[in-house]
Amino acid sequence: MDEILDGTTQIDCDILIIGGGTAGPMAALKAKRKNPKANVILLDKANVKRSGAISMGMDGLNNSVIPGYATPEQYTKEITIANDGIVDQKAVYRYAEECYGIIQELDEFGIRFQKDQNGEYDVKKVHHIGTYVLPMPNGDTVKKALYRQLRKARINIINRYMATRLLTGEGRIAGAICVNTRTAEFLVVRAKAVVMSLGAAGRLGLPASGYLYGTYENASNSGEGYSMAYHAGAGLANLECFQINPLIKDYNGPACAYVAGPLGGYTSNAQGERFIECDYWSGQMMQEFYDELQGGKGPVYLKLNHLAEETVAEIERVLHIVERPTRGHFHRGRNTDYRKDMIEMHISEIGFCSGHSASGVFVDERARTTIDGLYAAGDMANVPHNYMLGAFTNGAFAGLDAVDFIKDVDFADFDMGDVDAERTRVLAPTKRDDGIPPNQIEYKTRRFVNDYLQPPKVTAKMELAQRRFEEVRHDMETEMYVRDSHELMRSLEASAIMDCADMAAAASLYRTESRWGLYHNRVEYERDDENWFCHTILTKGDDGKPAHAKKAVDDYIVEIDEDEKDAYNNQRVTSTVAAE
Amino acid sequence: MPLAQTSTIVPVVIDDALCIADKGCTVCVDVCPLDVLRIVEGPDGSPVTAHMKYDECWYCMPCEADCPTGAVTVNLPFLLK
Repeated sequence: MDEILDGTTQIDCDILIIGGGTAGPMAALKAKRKNPKANVILLDKANVKRSGAISMGMDGLNNSVIPGYATPEQYTKEITIANDGIVDQKAVYRYAEECYGIIQELDEFGIRFQKDQNGEYDVKKVHHIGTYVLPMPNGDTVKKALYRQLRKARINIINRYMATRLLTGEGRIAGAICVNTRTAEFLVVRAKAVVMSLGAAGRLGLPASGYLYGTYENASNSGEGYSMAYHAGAGLANLECFQINPLIKDYNGPACAYVAGPLGGYTSNAQGERFIECDYWSGQMMQEFYDELQGGKGPVYLKLNHLAEETVAEIERVLHIVERPTRGHFHRGRNTDYRKDMIEMHISEIGFCSGHSASGVFVDERARTTIDGLYAAGDMANVPHNYMLGAFTNGAFAGLDAVDFIKDVDFADFDMGDVDAERTRVLAPTKRDDGIPPNQIEYKTRRFVNDYLQPPKVTAKMELAQRRFEEVRHDMETEMYVRDSHELMRSLEASAIMDCADMAAAASLYRTESRWGLYHNRVEYERDDENWFCHTILTKGDDGKPAHAKKAVDDYIVEIDEDEKDAYNNQRVTSTVAAE
Repeated sequence: MPLAQTSTIVPVVIDDALCIADKGCTVCVDVCPLDVLRIVEGPDGSPVTAHMKYDECWYCMPCEADCPTGAVTVNLPFLLK
């Protein structure tokens, strides 16, 4: 295994789905059920059984809209405010209307959600305004249940192939070029429609630990989706709205205030005081978190040690088996006992991820990108605050619409020269006798991301970042060296990470205002609704570098009252007379 | 330009006494999202045991959870533990 072999195979399918984590499997299932004759391929760089953000499960649905608890109108309003107004509401509203049906389907798959004594979904309030969090105390079963459905539906699964470039022709999608991660053999897949569900760009900033893979996101989500969409000419929206999360320091996993919050846990400063009213992740919340750290009242903690033993035991049980189970090992190693100790938190490295923010490939309410026949869903598509249920639901939209799209089209012709050029690009590091290994290219890129792009954002620093990135890119293109096909995969990831770093700098420089709290805090600029109440769309320019345009925010379908607009800007707990 | 051989302690540990790679099992290698596990082969090319070949671990645990004999332990990488 891992030796570099020479070979190219071509296969055809109706719908190619790239990425088998969360959105991808649902897209595949929906497409196949709607048209059982369609040839649907689900392709993954890892193994669909355990790939993606929910590899080990998920502890809850963070954004469920369940009748009796919330309405699509309320949810659309909440997300519009949480995302600072820059929202095409149609996509959010459609999600809000249809996600309940998806929950019921997941329930039928055998995925268990918390129910009360009457058998009703037991929804909790974590957001600032509404009630949307549905705990999954047995959420470790989610990936297995999904995989069973894929086998039952006879979806064609291709594991351990990494897509590296999309193919286009006749003004629409034509397929994708893929490389086997264990043999370096090429696979050209012709497809009438392609759904991209490759997850976040999670290996963009460098974690404070310095360990390349100690990221918040599943470290296999290294941003290829963003990179491929860019090179294919698709538009990417609001990339400057970075993902930055409040995490357990060093472990770099979620502190899970969404799990602990409804049971009485909360985010506190070093004095054990609550300083934010609401633990729901937003740029505004992260700004308060940052201010507390900088203001001398840090570190910031997750506080559970005031809770009753039974409550702590339940929180511990959920957090130590679901989503990131090594969390238990981590706390044991540091002798941290939730009953006695507060859990130290910090601010994560930056990334692109619409799952928690809004940075993603631009899509409409049917998950269509700006390229005909190309869809995107999940963490890499720009529907804001998507989370796992958003990935499932928008993945469903993509699969359903793709089936309609392929009815009237045949394979688009593409230029074989594109395949040859991609082979040359991919294999270049295998043709050298020595040089720079991919991990050093990646480390340097990501360290510069931290040094120059981590908010608060400063113009001069971001311009320096662009110069440094250009130098590292030159080194990457002329000197990167790999010894086997596994390292070749890492070299391709390094290249995607470099593309994302370039896009992060360019997008952040373009929007000359501050918005989304810490996510796009540009110290030289105030918020500027007059000029910047719009999406920014990044595309690949004719010079091969990022080009920018403004795109108007669609007219709201749910109006936001003047006094509601600032709900997320007023998060700081105002101290009471009693507290003083 | 020679490449250095820098040593590193890896987080995933296999109990060779429990590992059944010699019977053809490749579960941990199959499920790892980062593809960092491999099977050690004996002099005749036959499988012997699993091991962590690349220090690129997300400490996510499918290898430990899915191992049929409980041979795999995921520790935290030293840099962050």
